[in-house]
Amino acid sequence: MEQLRILIVDDESGMRAAVTRALDGFAFTIPELEADVTFTVEQAGSGEEALAMIAASAPDLLLLDHKLPGISGLEVLAALAEAPADKPLDLLTVMITAYASLETAVVATKRGAYDFLAKPFTPEELRTTVRKTTKHLLLQRQARRLAQEKRQIRFQFISVLVHELKAPLAAIEGYLNLMEDHALGDELAAYDGPVGRSKLRVEGMRKLIMDLLDLTRLESGQKQRDLTIVDVGVMARKAIETVAAEAAARAITIDLRAGGDVSMSADPGEIEIVLNNLVTNAVKYNRDGGSVTVTLAADDERVTITVADTGIGLAPEESARLFGEFVRIKNDKTRSILGSGLGLSIVKRLAQVYGGDVGLVSEPDVGTTFTVTLGRAGVAQEAAVLP
Amino acid sequence: MSHGTPEPIRPLTVLVVDDDFDLLEQVVSILEADGHTVVKAHGQVEGEEALLSCMPDLAVLDLMMENMDSGFVLCHQIKRLFPEVPVILLTAVKSATGLDFAARSEEAASWTMADVILDKPVRPEQLRAAVQRLLK
Repeated sequence: MEQLRILIVDDESGMRAAVTRALDGFAFTIPELEADVTFTVEQAGSGEEALAMIAASAPDLLLLDHKLPGISGLEVLAALAEAPADKPLDLLTVMITAYASLETAVVATKRGAYDFLAKPFTPEELRTTVRKTTKHLLLQRQARRLAQEKRQIRFQFISVLVHELKAPLAAIEGYLNLMEDHALGDELAAYDGPVGRSKLRVEGMRKLIMDLLDLTRLESGQKQRDLTIVDVGVMARKAIETVAAEAAARAITIDLRAGGDVSMSADPGEIEIVLNNLVTNAVKYNRDGGSVTVTLAADDERVTITVADTGIGLAPEESARLFGEFVRIKNDKTRSILGSGLGLSIVKRLAQVYGGDVGLVSEPDVGTTFTVTLGRAGVAQEAAVLP
Repeated sequence: MSHGTPEPIRPLTVLVVDDDFDLLEQVVSILEADGHTVVKAHGQVEGEEALLSCMPDLAVLDLMMENMDSGFVLCHQIKRLFPEVPVILLTAVKSATGLDFAARSEEAASWTMADVILDKPVRPEQLRAAVQRLLK
């Protein structure tokens, strides 16, 4: 229950009492925000008194009569508009105008009033206006909160990204320092390790940049989706081919099980990203001699991709944060495995774009099974891209 | 100094702590090329564990690991357990932030408790020079 404060400014005490009666304890629900709202009413008999009260503690809504004994309602509005730009007043004003004077109402709206009420009005008219204004106020507040959160998330993302880009540079620079100083002696073979590690870090950095591009395209929503009928089975075979050499080198077998029609409306590039990420991970995080099983299934509505490995697995607390950006589980077993930390967050976003989701079951040293569902009808709404 | 034949100092046991696999390997390979025995620890937690089972002649610590101040914390622990063991602290603070927190000053040295502070990534010659100076 959200308790909002209304300040009624009117020089007629009868009017203040009537408004207070109509609104004190008035409660309603805003379904869009899942918010229950109720009100308490405070009173001021003049513009000067109102400004002093607002300065002390601003209400959420201001019901402001135009015709006041001292400064007028419009002058109160003008004073409120002078709040510092970086700390604007978080309140909405409803102007009360006598004689249904449209002119005053127009001026008031220009000066920042959200709405107006013409005297005389019924308690029901008052409540309707208050309800509308409150909804606008709360939506406005929510939008501001979301924008703030978004800025915060963006800032964190960039901080981590900068760190992730600098770490391989420092590592490579360190190895170059060793080589430049011939620090490991004059035997060339002594430098094989540093050269190999440097190349691995370069490759990791390239992978990060490519993933970052995928993510940026997804986030901006600017990428033109090339929707066509995609056979997920064909795409899965392609993804398996791209890791076949690495899998063979480590004696990992990859099995594809697909029953029936597993086609869907999609951008082939995006389905490729999903499958490549899952299949590559299943090989990378597997044990030598292990196996990967890719299972494709479909019903009328969705295609389900399941990728099971026999790899190092994840502890429950690791699984919980795996789909976040730049989350890489760091331990002895993952140290020499490349990854940008973005792959699975991309998979999750894509699954959501296609009206599906992603989940996993895992047990340490036994293996992990990822399940991705995708709606066969393809992208339902562009808006679905937004988090 | 000729390459690969460092000034003869007695072989030491050195504790090296860094959470970046490669930066750790670099320091380790420099020290091992000079004939020292190295105890490796990937991060603050492993570093603390290592201190339970060995008393090194020297410690080389990264500053920022699990936490921004992991290196400081470890450094204080080492100085409390083994006041005589010299500590070299590696920081990328300057190249990361552009700030030089003047760690080399007398005053900074007294609160960091580190004997030498080197910029990352470390230069082999700098590390060797620091080791020589500390163990003379």
